[in-house]
Amino acid sequence: MAKLIAGIGTSHVPSIGAAVDNGKTQTEYWKPLFDQFEPARSWVETVKPDVSIIVYNDHAHAFDLGSIPTFSIGTCESFRSSDEGYGPRPIPDVQGDPRLAWHLIESLVLDQFDITMVNDMTVDHGLTVPLSIMYDQPTNWPCKVIPLAVNVVQYPQPTGRRCYALGQAIRKAIESYDQDITVAIYGTGGLSHQLQGERAGVINEPFDNWFLDKLVTDPLTVAEVDHTTWLRETGSEGIEAVMWLIMRGALSEEVKEVYRFTHCPASNTNYGMTILENAAGQ
Amino acid sequence: MREPREFDDIPGTYVFDGQRNREGYHLNMFCKSLDIQSNRDAFRASPEEYLSKYPMSDEQRRCVLERDFLGMLRVGGNIYYTWKIAAFDRVSMQAAGAAMSGTGMTEDEFKQMMMEGGRSIEGNRSKKESN
Repeated sequence: MAKLIAGIGTSHVPSIGAAVDNGKTQTEYWKPLFDQFEPARSWVETVKPDVSIIVYNDHAHAFDLGSIPTFSIGTCESFRSSDEGYGPRPIPDVQGDPRLAWHLIESLVLDQFDITMVNDMTVDHGLTVPLSIMYDQPTNWPCKVIPLAVNVVQYPQPTGRRCYALGQAIRKAIESYDQDITVAIYGTGGLSHQLQGERAGVINEPFDNWFLDKLVTDPLTVAEVDHTTWLRETGSEGIEAVMWLIMRGALSEEVKEVYRFTHCPASNTNYGMTILENAAGQ
Repeated sequence: MREPREFDDIPGTYVFDGQRNREGYHLNMFCKSLDIQSNRDAFRASPEEYLSKYPMSDEQRRCVLERDFLGMLRVGGNIYYTWKIAAFDRVSMQAAGAAMSGTGMTEDEFKQMMMEGGRSIEGNRSKKESN
């Protein structure tokens, strides 16, 4: 049987990927952030998940306003990096796991989650920056990846409660898979940031710290935060962090926080990372 | 005229709801087209001619040609889309943020604000609060 071994929360700021691609990780600006990735990189080297489900939002690259799926799963054998205006990132193609992807889709749809099935898509920085954060610049990514894209570009984004419940259903789906593999799940995006408007640059560290605390001890309280509160408190793009609740929902009620830090600023964002494992016996 | 929503009370924030989608659809889809190199080349070679393929309003066209990033938000632009114009121009997120601040802030001033912990949430939660 497949086993869910951990949840990782991380912001997916595009300039972190650009710093890796352009050899700038040791500059005065970036080194303090990249130094704090080291414990996470050591941790992932130890746990070595076979597959990572990366919950992220596409930033109008694979999808556009022509159709906007709320939740979608990529079933491809491999995924190329999107051209985000500078040409595709110089990274290896991301290898998928079509058999597990289709198992997830079947299990989730029959469990009342109406997933959009995507057989042809590229993956943008929302998915590839978390890989660079954890694995730096390998010749090939050391795990297979299943993209789970969430609409956060168009209001209304899915609610926290729905995201948490989807995570719970993903856990059931993983545990009913017939292969002995280990799976990690990533929640990405956030933390507080606003890219647009006269309020661009807004940061709310107290809210972000509350979010990271409650994510461990009381995620249902976070799941009840309404859209206007998210937008008001964490910035118009900070609401991306709702995707971390999918990751959290897939974990057990009791979790152990293995690692956490925040760093401000990464570009216009309060960067956040958390690594959670199921508590012993769960 | 925009039908008011609860989140319109958040200052300096243009939540991309259905009303803004309807107004900005073609503006945003023009931005989307810049994902493709041959389209970027065509837009660079002849901006007005390229824009004429999209049924946008005169104001939307003006905002694009003058790189009025704040103006784009007011006529239905979505930042994840309008950002593609900034990427096309190789403009930094901090320069775009400074321009959208609407206060004449420079890119360096915006960067400095971020280094000092970002724009404060205090006083910026609600229009009622800031009045």
